[in-house]
Amino acid sequence: MENNLYIPTAAELVAKGETPEILFWVGCAGSFDERAQRITRDICKILQHVGIKYAILGTEESCTGDPAKRAGNEFVFQMQAMMNIQVLDGYEIKKIVTACPHCFNTIKNEYPSLGGNYEVIHHTQLIQSLIDDGKLKPNDGNEFKGKKITYHDPCYLGRANEVYEAPRKVLETLDADLVELKRCKSNGLCCGAGGAQMFKEPESGNKDINVERIEDVIESKAAIVAAACPFCMTMLRDGIKVKDKEQDIQVLDIAEITVRANGL
Amino acid sequence: MISQLLFAIVLIGAILLFYKNAYKIYQNIRLGKSVNRFDNPSERFKTMLLVAFGQQKMFKRPIPALLHLFVYVGFCIINIEMIEIIIDGLFDTHRVLSFLGDFYNFLIASFEILAFAVLLSCVIFFIRRNVLKLKRLNQPELNNWPRSDANYILITEILLMTAFLIMNAADQKLQVVLPESYHIAGSFPISQYLIGILPESINSLIFIERLAWWFHILGVLAFLNYLPISKHLHIILAFPNTYFSNLNLKGKFENMESVTAEVKAMLDPSLPPPSGDVSRFGVKDVHDLTWKNLLDAYTCTECGRCTSACPANITGKLLSPRKIIMDTRDRVEEVGKNININKTFVDDGKSLLDSYVTREEIWACTSCNACVEQCPVNINPLEIIMGLRQYAIMEESQAPASINNMLGNLENNGAPWKYSQADRANWTQM
Repeated sequence: MENNLYIPTAAELVAKGETPEILFWVGCAGSFDERAQRITRDICKILQHVGIKYAILGTEESCTGDPAKRAGNEFVFQMQAMMNIQVLDGYEIKKIVTACPHCFNTIKNEYPSLGGNYEVIHHTQLIQSLIDDGKLKPNDGNEFKGKKITYHDPCYLGRANEVYEAPRKVLETLDADLVELKRCKSNGLCCGAGGAQMFKEPESGNKDINVERIEDVIESKAAIVAAACPFCMTMLRDGIKVKDKEQDIQVLDIAEITVRANGL
Repeated sequence: MISQLLFAIVLIGAILLFYKNAYKIYQNIRLGKSVNRFDNPSERFKTMLLVAFGQQKMFKRPIPALLHLFVYVGFCIINIEMIEIIIDGLFDTHRVLSFLGDFYNFLIASFEILAFAVLLSCVIFFIRRNVLKLKRLNQPELNNWPRSDANYILITEILLMTAFLIMNAADQKLQVVLPESYHIAGSFPISQYLIGILPESINSLIFIERLAWWFHILGVLAFLNYLPISKHLHIILAFPNTYFSNLNLKGKFENMESVTAEVKAMLDPSLPPPSGDVSRFGVKDVHDLTWKNLLDAYTCTECGRCTSACPANITGKLLSPRKIIMDTRDRVEEVGKNININKTFVDDGKSLLDSYVTREEIWACTSCNACVEQCPVNINPLEIIMGLRQYAIMEESQAPASINNMLGNLENNGAPWKYSQADRANWTQM
């Protein structure tokens, strides 16, 4: 399957006189972070499997500007945003799926007033709609059956955009033993990476935020914590390392879980 | 006659004084920049009904929510009794509304039950704050005045309710021993148990009834005038503050229009560069905030739900969203006094950033919106934090070095890390 993955760029499709049904916005983490790259490829596998005509921007993609905006640099944010809008509009993109809640939030909520109007969904929403349409169905004997799985709400998917159900519905199809963390949904605790924290050392305190969050996961006794954000992924994995629980707890993205459960 | 006159003077004086101080707060809020929160009135009204009137977000924490509900409902309902107290005071009548008969008895009985519930709740609140020492009610930003403020409010409410019940008890006894002056009116499910502690002498009873009556009404009027200097102002401002809430999704931060014009000119040289007065980017002082941020500051009742959900605060960082809001109120009060004395604002060498809120606090925020989500009256500390960051970065280029590196990478290669844009699609070749 790996070798059969065909990942077209928007430029390639346009050269063939085609337009993508949906643009897959990969994001910086999905492009450069080794762990996140695996999730990116899994999302491509899903898109290819269900036969959606999609494309990526490839080297024409650039950061949405989210970390600049959250750090307070509106100039850098708006420069990035306007350049991205030019590229997206150049390919007449109408619908976008993102793998990162930060990209999702920025393009969906902050691009419109700068002239970028697209229908934006997060990959967990795409997967949920594919399951609803019967295009994805976990195998009966999938590896997650009966396993204790919990879900960590990314702030920019949950509280920021009120997407709480889509990722949970995907997990519900697994026939797994689902548990909620004590702080979940609108009361979910941040992993510690938002607001440009991903790119700096934390201020001094008595604990790192991701460690505080992993304690919730440990308390839930889950063997797998599902994530839906590349930054949460990094923070949760680091937290697990600090707690020396690498043998007991796995962090998997909703897309990875879907690919494995469907045997893609 | 003298007591009627005295009562009228005190009543009018108290209302005028309250008006004067409330107007000062209104003027202070008007120091903020404009922001349109007047659209979509039906949605706004619905938000106000649910969040302020219906206490929706309070119930994220059921125990304090229930106790607070007693105090809130009690406060609203018992104040109906104030109508009678004011009429009795002005026209020297006694229980003027008692012609309502059974309905009057029902009202008085409900007031008594609620008064008792308020009293009990306030005692429990006092214990939570001072004996059990709940973390969110004992954090450093509450040292000194805020802690006293909270206790004054609770003690006042306990005393007011006690006076109300003792007044009713004395009245009941008088209705029996002096029926020619005190006609039978009211039903007293709680204060009937207090009759036993009252003296037998009619004069003492009249004195106690009057004392409790005056204490209750003077207490209420004093409390009204305490509001403008207290966190308790939330009982009024919770309503406008929720009405003027941000109705957008929490993740959406407003784009700065002044920047848009400049960026457009940079990207397209054929466009003329933006002209006109360039305002300050971001927030250094309270003048740079919007009036809604300032209304937030005056609405805060310092409950600390925001801080207890803040990931930075939970893990021992200096940042406390409640402190950001309290600092904003303290600073706008200071600026308002400055303007009152000098007619116009005279630079006092201070500002919200640095004199009140430190850099360490603003850089600890993860922008996770937990504080915004938790606030029972829709206060938004995050907007103020973001404004302060914008000032630090855009006006001063002051940011942690790693943030500056990240921004440099973004500008040079379109990613927050030092990877070339040309390598962006390398993952497709794995």
